Amino acid sequence: MAEVPGDCPGTSSAQAGSATACQGCPNQRLCASGAAAGPDPAIEEIKEKMKSVKHKILVLSGKGGVGKSTFSAHLAHGLAEDETKQVHQSGSGWSPVYVEDNLGVMSVGFLLSSPDDAVIWRGPKKNGMIKQFLRDVDWGEIDYLIVDTPPGTSDEHLSIVQYLSAAHIDGAVIITTPQEVSLQDVRKEISFCHKVKLPIIGVVENMSGFICPKCKNESQIFPPTTGGAEKMCQNLNVPLLGKVPLDPQIGKSCDKGQSFLSEVPNSPATASYRNIIQRIQDYFGLHHSQEEKII
Amino acid sequence: RGNLARVQHILLVLSGKGGVGKSTISTELALALRHTGKKVGILDVDLCGPSIPRMLKVQDRDVHQCDSGWVPVFVDQDKSISLMSIGFLLEKPDDAVVWRGPKKNALIKQFISDVAWGELDFLIVDTPPGTSDEHISTVEALRPYKPFGAVLVTTPQAVSVGDVRRELTFCKKTGLRVLGIIENMSGFVCPHCLECTNIFSKGGGEELAKHSGVPFLGCVPLDPQLTQSLEEGRDFIQEFPKSSAFPALASIAQQILDGTS
Repeated sequence: MAEVPGDCPGTSSAQAGSATACQGCPNQRLCASGAAAGPDPAIEEIKEKMKSVKHKILVLSGKGGVGKSTFSAHLAHGLAEDETKQVHQSGSGWSPVYVEDNLGVMSVGFLLSSPDDAVIWRGPKKNGMIKQFLRDVDWGEIDYLIVDTPPGTSDEHLSIVQYLSAAHIDGAVIITTPQEVSLQDVRKEISFCHKVKLPIIGVVENMSGFICPKCKNESQIFPPTTGGAEKMCQNLNVPLLGKVPLDPQIGKSCDKGQSFLSEVPNSPATASYRNIIQRIQDYFGLHHSQEEKII
Repeated sequence: RGNLARVQHILLVLSGKGGVGKSTISTELALALRHTGKKVGILDVDLCGPSIPRMLKVQDRDVHQCDSGWVPVFVDQDKSISLMSIGFLLEKPDDAVVWRGPKKNALIKQFISDVAWGELDFLIVDTPPGTSDEHISTVEALRPYKPFGAVLVTTPQAVSVGDVRRELTFCKKTGLRVLGIIENMSGFVCPHCLECTNIFSKGGGEELAKHSGVPFLGCVPLDPQLTQSLEEGRDFIQEFPKSSAFPALASIAQQILDGTS
C-alpha cells in the first residue's frame, strides 16, 4: 500500500476519495469508487471461527515492558491447570503449537526462520497477519483465548478490536507497573478501551515491590509516586485485580520457558497470580450467570 | 538543509523490547552530555506513550510556532536542553493517540523537518519499542541528514535480548550504525543490606554485543534514586552523582563523546 496523506479522512469515511486531502493520493480512485468502504468480509468469517471459543480476553497496556506477555503466559498456564479444560481439534487451518495438551499458542515467532529475523512491517501488513491469526488458526473448541498485545494504541489494537467486533471480546485485562511513567500510558489505554467499548475486567499492578532475599526488607524499585494502580483505579472507576511483586525467579522461568506457578509455588508472586486468575474466572462466572438470567 | 542543518550529531535510541529504559536512557544521556557543556535536543517520536516531558518536568508546557516551524520546549533557563514530543500537542494528558501507521508517519515527518532546533551538538531521538512504522519513517526521514548512529537498550534477560537481536537486524537492513548496546536494569543493590540481586538476570546485553560484534557500552543497575528523579522530573546527574547508576551513565556519555571526536 502506497503512502497516504496525513489528513486522510479514513477509507470508510463518507469523504473517502473526495476530501481535499485526497488530492494526489494514489488510492484516491479506489476510495472514491466506494470499494474500500464496505465492511471487511473477514469480520464475519472470524465471528464464525470464534464460535468455538468460549471466552476471549485481551491483555493490554499503554506501556511497554510491564509484563503483558509474562502475565498472558501465566494466566494461560493457570487456566490450563484445570484439567477439565479440554481442547478438541476439528477441521483444517493453521494448527497452534501445543505447550500442554490443553494449552496452544500461535505467534509470529513460529513463522520466523531465525532468531535474528526482524519483522519490519508497516501497519497494513501487520493488520493482514492479525486477520490471518484470527481467521485461519484452528483452535478447535476452547474455553479461553488470551490475546497478548504489544504496547500502545495503534494498528494492532485497532485491528484486533475491529476483527473481533462481531465475535465479541469478553474483556480486557490491563497491566501496569506502579510508577507514574507507566500509569500515564495506561490511562491512555483505558481511554482507548472506553472509546472502542471494550469492557475492562480489571487492572493488574505488576513489579509491585521487591523483597530482598537476604534481609527480607521491601524496596519500591518502581515507586508509586502518584499512588500507584490503586489510586488510578479509584479515580477511573475500574477494578484493581491485584498486585504482583518482583521475583527474580519469574524472569528466569520465562527465559527457560517454564511456568513460574509450578516452578516456584511458594513465592508470594505465585499467590498473587493465583488470586488474580481466580478473580478473572469469577468475572466470567458472574457474567455468564447474568446472561442466563436475561434468557 | 533546513532545521537540522546546524545539528552536529543525530543519535537514535532503539530497542526491540518495550520497557527497557529507552526514554530513561535518552533523558539521562541528554543530561550527562549537557553537563559536559554540550547543547542537546531530544526528539520523542513515541506517539502512543510519550514519556519524556514528564521526566524533565515540562509536561504542562505548550509549543509555539515560528517562521521555521515549531519551537521546541526548553527544559532549562540556559536553553541547553530542548525537547519536542507529541505530549505537548495533546489537549489532555490522558488523551490516547489512536492512529494507524499513515497518520503516525505523517506526524513523524513533520517532527523531523519542522522543528526549529537551531544549533545543537546532539539530537537524541527516543523511539517506541519495535521495528514498525515509527522506526521505518524516522530512519527514512533522517537519512539525508546522515545520523551518527544508534544506541540499543536491553535488559539482561533472554526474553529482552531476543527482541533486541531483531532490532540489530533492523539497523543492518536500514544502514544505521550501531554505536553500542546498553544493558539496563542490570542488578539491584538492596539499600538496606547492600546485597546485589539480579532481578532481571545478568549478562545478556554484554553477550549479545559480543555475539553480534558491536561495542558494549556498559551495565546500568536498577537504582530507585534514578527512578524517583525521573518521576519527579529532577536532574539525576546533578543531584545524585554518588548513586550506583551515575558512573555507568557518565561512562556511556563519555564513550559517545569519544566516538564523535
